[in-house]
Amino acid sequence: MTAPRVLIVGAGPAGVRAAEAVVRGGLRPVVVDEGDACGGQIYRQPPAAKARPAETLYGADAAAARALHADFAALLPAIDYYPRTLVWNLVTGAGQSGPGQTGFVHVHDRAAGAVGRLDFTHVVLATGATDRVLPVPGWTLPGVFTLGGAQVALKGQGCLIGRRVAFLGTGPLLYLVALQYAKAGADVVVVADTSGTWRQARAFPGLRAAPGYALRGMSFVAQLMLKGVPILRGVVPARIEGTDGVERVTLRHRGGEKSFACDAVGLGFGLRSETQLADLAGVPRRYDAAQANWVPRAGCDGRTPRSGVYVAGDGAGILGAQAAELRGARAGLAVLADAGGRADPAEAGRLEAEIGRWVRFRRAIDAMYPVPVQMLRGLAAETVVCRCEHITLGDLRRVAANTGAEDANRLKSFSRAGMGRCQGRFCADNVQELAAFLHGAAPAAMGTQRAQMPIKPIPIGDLLRQAPRTEPVLDEPVLDEPVLAGEAE
Amino acid sequence: MSLQFVRAFTAPGASVSFLIDGEEATAQPGDTILAAVLAAGKSLRLSDTGDGHRAGFCLMGACHDCMVQLADGRRLRACSTAVEPGMNVLTRQPGAIPTGAEPLAGENT
Repeated sequence: MTAPRVLIVGAGPAGVRAAEAVVRGGLRPVVVDEGDACGGQIYRQPPAAKARPAETLYGADAAAARALHADFAALLPAIDYYPRTLVWNLVTGAGQSGPGQTGFVHVHDRAAGAVGRLDFTHVVLATGATDRVLPVPGWTLPGVFTLGGAQVALKGQGCLIGRRVAFLGTGPLLYLVALQYAKAGADVVVVADTSGTWRQARAFPGLRAAPGYALRGMSFVAQLMLKGVPILRGVVPARIEGTDGVERVTLRHRGGEKSFACDAVGLGFGLRSETQLADLAGVPRRYDAAQANWVPRAGCDGRTPRSGVYVAGDGAGILGAQAAELRGARAGLAVLADAGGRADPAEAGRLEAEIGRWVRFRRAIDAMYPVPVQMLRGLAAETVVCRCEHITLGDLRRVAANTGAEDANRLKSFSRAGMGRCQGRFCADNVQELAAFLHGAAPAAMGTQRAQMPIKPIPIGDLLRQAPRTEPVLDEPVLDEPVLAGEAE
Repeated sequence: MSLQFVRAFTAPGASVSFLIDGEEATAQPGDTILAAVLAAGKSLRLSDTGDGHRAGFCLMGACHDCMVQLADGRRLRACSTAVEPGMNVLTRQPGAIPTGAEPLAGENT
């Protein structure tokens, strides 16, 4: 039997705990991560020049962050670690790879400008999440950032996204980031939640699955109120306006309109899984109606229908950072069991029971802060849906009517929505929902936009430099400026 | 000119000199290109479709809204690239459609 080669993509909470489990079982995994240091987004570490105490950076999560960073540092002698390295392609299937291998990935080290290939027998995709964003008129203005982005600016760079900041969207992150900004000296002009008070109260009892976190959430709201930050619930975002940047945000609330002067907006309606590599691996996705999102099909143990391919953490459906550590550890045990390593079945059972508790907690969170997809129905035709390619709702309607595009991929092909630099990360969910609205069908019937490699743009010069030259090439390079691969498909 | 980012923390150590559209600018040690440019102004680049300025969006390497061009021709993700001494960041990149122009419509729309 070929020696197992375990590859872990991502060094956030799930990736780190997966690596730890694999090392404990006696195997040496390869860990590839896009970040400069481990931690993912939630436990992101600032560059050395901006180091600050964990309590300042992570607040109530300081202990968890410190433990994750320290445990990963202790693993370094037992793993092969590639930081600042993007996995931009994944290929599986018989005949695609070396003998005994399941597949391979292509990687790009952005610091070295180098590309390479890594074979694997088992791959754990711990790719995390980004903000789930819905379009709001004016959301392409400079000064509008995602909620997660607002947090990254503060945590990673010690910067506020503006002086007077409005936070708009829904979910626990809305209140957490607003409070972090108020504490760091920003003037938080409003926290505007699309979810209503009654809906939140009704789902609240479900939070008893994790009472400590429910209390934390309540304390965020209380602290914001003590600081005099206006909190509005049940809003409908109307527009963000300004000439060269954000000047004001206008909301519909209780039958009227309210405007707030500000120079930045933090926007986010929950989180969505990063699923591109799972897609390329051939892992089917299922529509999660509660999160209005397509997530890779996988068991609680991280196993997918594709043999040798595992998913863990928020990349496998949003359950949060605490659950991500447990899911990473559980997927690591599944890899060990399948690769002939030493895995403790009692530990697997304990992890699954713990994960189950977070599933119950998340159900309540999803009910409290649903993604307000109905907002999409009320958008004006000139609202930009695809930021990269400047495709408006009116464009999408016209394309759907003129071409009869009846699923997500045909609408993408005909409209280009989802073909820009973000590759659909910030519009595909909305295009799919819109396609369903336009056709009067269920979102699940629309299918999903297919992922394409490279899953993020990489400099094509870096590929050319390392491509094997089997034929004579031109004496002089003909490119006078670098071209990015992945901008067009 | 008004600024987008507000520094909540001052990094110790020597500042970094770089250029924004050929003009001298100062960054703090550890700054990304995005933080350094937005602490000195409001725009990172012009939209490729003519709908004005862009200043990044997700700040975690997913949306590529912050893809900036340097005078030496390199195009980099400003949110995840450290600013380097002497770097010349072009916020009005060559070939971009000037602001105020009609946004480009897709061929099939």
